[in-house]
Amino acid sequence: MTPIEQTESIGLKRKLNRVSFKNFLTTQGILIVFMICLAGFSIFSDRFLSEENIMTVIRQASIVGIIAIGVTVVIIGGNLDLSVGSMLSFATVLVVDLHDKIGPTNAIIVMFAMTLLIGAVNGFLIGYMKLNSLIVTLAMLSAIQGITLIYTGGQNVDIANQDSTWFAFFGRGFVGGIAVPILMFAVLALCVHFVMRYTSYGRRIFAIGGNPTAAVYAGIRKSRCVFSTYMISAFSVGCAALVLGSRVMGSQNNVGQGYELLVLAGIILGGTSLMGGAGSVWKTVIGVLILGFIQNGLLLLGYPYYTQWLVTWVIIIVAVWLDLANQRKRLFTSHS
Amino acid sequence: MVNVKNISKVFGGIQPIWLFVIAITVFFSFMSEYFLTTGNFMNILVQTSTIGLIALGMTYVMINGNIDLSVGAILALSAALAVDLQSYGLPVALFAAISSGILLGALNGLIVWKTGVNSFIVTLGAMIGIRGLVFIYTEEQSFYAENFAFSDFGISTVASVPTLGVIFLVCCLIMHLVLTKTGHGRNTFAVGSNREAAADAGIRVGRHMLVNFMIVGFFAALAGITLATQMGAATPNLGRDYELWTITAVVLGGTKLAGGFGSITGTLGGVLAIGILRNGMNLMQVPAFYVLVILGVILIAVLLIDQKVNRKSGQEVNV
Repeated sequence: MTPIEQTESIGLKRKLNRVSFKNFLTTQGILIVFMICLAGFSIFSDRFLSEENIMTVIRQASIVGIIAIGVTVVIIGGNLDLSVGSMLSFATVLVVDLHDKIGPTNAIIVMFAMTLLIGAVNGFLIGYMKLNSLIVTLAMLSAIQGITLIYTGGQNVDIANQDSTWFAFFGRGFVGGIAVPILMFAVLALCVHFVMRYTSYGRRIFAIGGNPTAAVYAGIRKSRCVFSTYMISAFSVGCAALVLGSRVMGSQNNVGQGYELLVLAGIILGGTSLMGGAGSVWKTVIGVLILGFIQNGLLLLGYPYYTQWLVTWVIIIVAVWLDLANQRKRLFTSHS
Repeated sequence: MVNVKNISKVFGGIQPIWLFVIAITVFFSFMSEYFLTTGNFMNILVQTSTIGLIALGMTYVMINGNIDLSVGAILALSAALAVDLQSYGLPVALFAAISSGILLGALNGLIVWKTGVNSFIVTLGAMIGIRGLVFIYTEEQSFYAENFAFSDFGISTVASVPTLGVIFLVCCLIMHLVLTKTGHGRNTFAVGSNREAAADAGIRVGRHMLVNFMIVGFFAALAGITLATQMGAATPNLGRDYELWTITAVVLGGTKLAGGFGSITGTLGGVLAIGILRNGMNLMQVPAFYVLVILGVILIAVLLIDQKVNRKSGQEVNV
């Protein structure tokens, strides 16, 4: 480190120290709300903070979490992916149905190939053809749901010998006392977080989401980068389908319906901006876990299942509002 | 202000979506002998009226540069109220249903106005939350209308045209006139084209957007009532995915997601296009599963064509 860099970094540290508490309050507000929720739930329910319950919550949240990691990359790149719910249905149906027909290994390979193919279609239309991602993925949501229904003929699929297949490992297995879904969630989160944070590829995605025109002038191949974000999103859906199919050992045609909303809710709650160019995988993990713990806590306290949706409504808006209010240094807009 | 070239394009020539509507009408007329009949067209009118009513309000919101994803949930709540509260009398039930829609629209609009949070996020939250409210209110049960006047209304006709179709067409006309002939309509385009400029020009942008969210809430509630009269019942899952179909119809009709451009005539074309496609494919006995795929493909195809035609439309993501 050169002397100049050193002094700069010392100055930065001082500055950080001075504002750190207020800074912490405003930037990590959602984390504080999370802590208060956890504390509140643990006062009223003694089971809430048990290790078993915490592991259950994370395990339940892992499917949404795995998808959310991929979609976070898409959103940082300045686009949206609403087709993940339908893709999850398709991939789960495919892997479960093919399991008995061509064996688990081949089924997984075909499932990933098909899922990545759909991701490639998304990526081609949005990256190379430069179509609006909201509408394209909306259309894909409908089309993929139709393809899933055509494939199964409207029937549910399941695996015949559920106890004798190693496919159960992904959804039901444990490694070193930790459930495999949690491990997959953690490993995927760490990998993608590392890529987004510390590689030039990650910086390119941030650049495209932040200012596409500037990024293109800086020599970034925008089309290719956008394409790749949809491949990452499709890959994460494939991983989630692996977990879901293996856990249930069967699948309905519309098993993934509504997942795109839960995924978006987690991402928004974490603080990733839908405008692109900002956010992080780490925040998304927090956002998804918050939703998971709130759902679990409300159920333990005996509220109706759907109360969590009402609470989700409130906290999503409050979280984004506080973030905005912090940026403009005032609570309300100046519009009349 | 509004792009003059765009306006002349809308009112000068025929909108592309209407060419599409004519093309598929001709196509299905050759494919099915049952298609080109008065009775079938009345059917299509009634079938499209639900999505069509919501799409009218959605057009305003989308020209504003906003979006409303909560319409399906508002529709379900309104339908549940309209059917469940009939024990207090039909007027009470209908009043409660319509006001629930207007109030929830106002809530969305107020949040968008005051907090400045993107309408996509606000209404995404509302979509989840209001659907939860519906499930809690109905206790996950379906309601059946015991007042037969309510269910009879859904199949009644005015001068041999279905009443629901008449309501839809009258609403279309009113919304078209408001959008093209009044100050509110001009402000809608102005706010959508350039929000800051509109505010500088003295338009009360926040209040204006609030009114438009109330309009779409009203139409979602009205659609909930008309759908409930058709079925004589309300289920908590009613209106699921309707936000997707509504947005699809409005986008097919040429309204830009970025705001500032769109028309009710285009939206009517978009709604009819989806209705005719579904009806025609049904008559051709295309399985329902394929219809989903075909509609998705058509939407993407329309986007591609639109991009080739207006290459400089600058349609970047706006959410």
